[in-house]
Amino acid sequence: MSTKIKYRIGKSGVFQGLTIAFAFACVIPLIAILLYIIKAGATKINWHFLTNVPKPVGESGGGIANALLGSMLIILLASIIAIPIGILCGIFLSENKKSKLAYWSRLCVDVLQGIPSIVIGIVAYFWLVKPFGGFSAISGSIALAIMMLPIVIRSTEETLKLLPDSLREAGYALGLPFHRVILKVIVPCGVSGILSGVMLSVARIAGETAPLLFTAFGNPYLSTDMRKPMQSLPLLIFNYATSPYNDWHDLAWGASMILLVWVLLLNIFTKLITRKWKVQL
Amino acid sequence: MNTSSLDNTLITRNEDALRVISLTEAAAVPKATKREKHTYRQIGSERNFRRTLTAIGAAMIALVLGIFITLIIESIPSIKSLGIGYLWGKTWDPVRDIYGAYPFLIGTLLTSFLALFISIPFSFAVAIFLGEYYPTGWLPNLLKNTVELIAAVPSVIYGFWGLAVLVPIVRSFENKIGIEPAGIGIFTSSLILAVMIIPYAASLGRSMIQMVPSNLKEAAYSLGATRWEVIRSVSLPYVKSGLFAGVLLSLGRALGETMAVTMVIGNTSLIPKNIFAPGNTMASVIANEFTEADHPVYLSALIELGLVLFLVTFVINLIGKKVIQRYTNE
Amino acid sequence: MESTIIKSVDYNAYFGTNHVVKNVNIEIPKNNVIAVMGPSGCGKTTFLRGINRMHELIPGATAKGQILLNNEDVLEMHPIFVRLKIGMVFQRPNPFPNLSIYDNVIAGYKLNGIKISKAEKDRIVEHSLTRVALWNEVKDSLTKKGSFLSGGQQQRLCIARAVAMEPEVLLFDEPTSALDPISTSTVEELFHELKSNYTLIIVTHNMQQAARVSDKTAFFYMGELIEYDDTKQMFTNPTDTRTQNYITGRFS
Repeated sequence: MSTKIKYRIGKSGVFQGLTIAFAFACVIPLIAILLYIIKAGATKINWHFLTNVPKPVGESGGGIANALLGSMLIILLASIIAIPIGILCGIFLSENKKSKLAYWSRLCVDVLQGIPSIVIGIVAYFWLVKPFGGFSAISGSIALAIMMLPIVIRSTEETLKLLPDSLREAGYALGLPFHRVILKVIVPCGVSGILSGVMLSVARIAGETAPLLFTAFGNPYLSTDMRKPMQSLPLLIFNYATSPYNDWHDLAWGASMILLVWVLLLNIFTKLITRKWKVQL
Repeated sequence: MNTSSLDNTLITRNEDALRVISLTEAAAVPKATKREKHTYRQIGSERNFRRTLTAIGAAMIALVLGIFITLIIESIPSIKSLGIGYLWGKTWDPVRDIYGAYPFLIGTLLTSFLALFISIPFSFAVAIFLGEYYPTGWLPNLLKNTVELIAAVPSVIYGFWGLAVLVPIVRSFENKIGIEPAGIGIFTSSLILAVMIIPYAASLGRSMIQMVPSNLKEAAYSLGATRWEVIRSVSLPYVKSGLFAGVLLSLGRALGETMAVTMVIGNTSLIPKNIFAPGNTMASVIANEFTEADHPVYLSALIELGLVLFLVTFVINLIGKKVIQRYTNE
Repeated sequence: MESTIIKSVDYNAYFGTNHVVKNVNIEIPKNNVIAVMGPSGCGKTTFLRGINRMHELIPGATAKGQILLNNEDVLEMHPIFVRLKIGMVFQRPNPFPNLSIYDNVIAGYKLNGIKISKAEKDRIVEHSLTRVALWNEVKDSLTKKGSFLSGGQQQRLCIARAVAMEPEVLLFDEPTSALDPISTSTVEELFHELKSNYTLIIVTHNMQQAARVSDKTAFFYMGELIEYDDTKQMFTNPTDTRTQNYITGRFS
């Protein structure tokens, strides 16, 4: 073999090696973060931590019950708002591929997906906080619902578009009206794709902080009143992580671990069920 | 439904058919009208359903327009009193009522492009590895899913981790090269951002590279090209605008990222002197000062930053999507 | 004299500006099997789908003229009423993959929200599956998903699904083109069975099938109805040269 060819093969090998090295290097920060947070957070988590509200500065102990409950309530309300609207909009887009309205609607969903979360926070402030005279969990939920929408819509649309037309025709030929073809045939057949979009959107907003800064605002006490400010996990982490107090840092580490594990599990679980639940066509 | 005409013709048929008649007759007159009523109701719900769908489709347009208009309206006090020069104003000092957005524009551009610069080799490596070298198998699959999980980690956790782990590392590095060891600043933010945006360019790049027709690659192989030569001179040129779209989407993410940056950038409104200096991005200054802005122009100036952010990410995402669309249609 | 159940008057169908069915006039007698044949792209499927208003589901598709079902114009009726009276079976078996065999048979009731008693459901399922000679094969696995059946069984399940609605007319769009020869002959036997209660209109690209199963045959060419006559007459002594060319295989 001539040296020229050897050189070229060698070069190819070097680049392959570099590609593999760089590709796997991407995993390092994720693993580092995971390990660090588990190390810093796991020792903080116990029953007391989960069932108590934070103590004032200077007192050790305390927990994140208010943030856990707040996160759940805010996410729950956001889901109740965003999931039906998102699925219906996804249906609209997949069933009206060519109409002008659908074209603009689709474009706006794309735009919505790209809007920075902090901008959503600003707008929610002017729509829901300022007119009603104060920060509230509801405004936070609506801000998060706006962030969920594009994810739910796009996954619904993509899923339904892939279903064969023969399914629709089977429905129509039996005399089913449009809404029953969609709701009883098309949506059940695409349920795994839609569900995965829904779960991903929940995972996404579970960790969102920026839209809550000017809406749900945070609250050091346990509260279930959706019209009042409410704490959430990411808000608590942000506020306590940037505080100068070690006790509060400990709370934030524990909260980070819970949030991270929850979000990652939700993501992994989503991947697993979409593989399992694929309806055979 | 039309049972009378059925009877006439079926009366002479065999027993099997008579059984059918009895079935239809069981569902005779009262039921038929009941069923017709049901069908009319269905037709009504069908119409309502279509209307609902259309209304929701239109609502998305209204939502985005509403966001845009709200940002404009709330920016008006700032636009009126500060003018377009606001964007080039070099000083931001709310106490003296001086507002200039230049420090934040610079901060945003520096962090975003530095992050992009750092992340591209990694995201492209993932794209090439998964798209070209090892598209299937459990290890590549694991890599793909893990890279996607990078995007799932909440940004506030990146920020916290950055504060606790990255800042001390950067600080000792700064000590070594002999600059003021702050730890926090533009560079640290860029590092965090670089990690956060890897998945966007990587996953889009991967799917683009997988779309390269194999006959093109085979043609090059048959001419004696090595693997790397095929990638460099066939695959990558074929998908270059797709890779560009992935980079754009990553950039869009980086520009708008708020929490992680806010936590490690240092939050100062001075123009950063070098990439290790503390600073502020448009998003981080909004996050920090929005709830403290105590007079209309101050608040409005912050919202104008939000408007700029909205417009910039709007354009970037639109270009990115158009490029992707052109690919997937071909 | 047999009574006419379907009659089309100057029926025209379009995809956008593309005129695919041209001025079709045809009278279809009750309890007959009508074969519709012609080369691909001749408009036979479009005409069939026009009869139960499935044609217009395709974006940009329009239709003109009349199709009378018992002297009532289906183009004036709401499509749902039309489709409840005129059932359809498609080229590829398309049972609902998320429903069991049992639920597939009563899908027209179940999915439409028509309330019927359990006993009536059971009767309809057994009756419909018996009509398509599937009952004995599946009676022990009614709760299994329809997609577990073989292709031929799936197609018969789809016929049972249409029969369960007790329509007056059944449309078949190349119902055996995706099936193996044995399944095909099973389905063809069904046509003879079913015509005692229904009027069957079968689009087929297979001339032998048309000759085997039908009472009357319609020949479509370039969107026009060229010839329509008793099947025997059509295959032994066609009047139009284009029909003659087609059945002698001079073009396809």
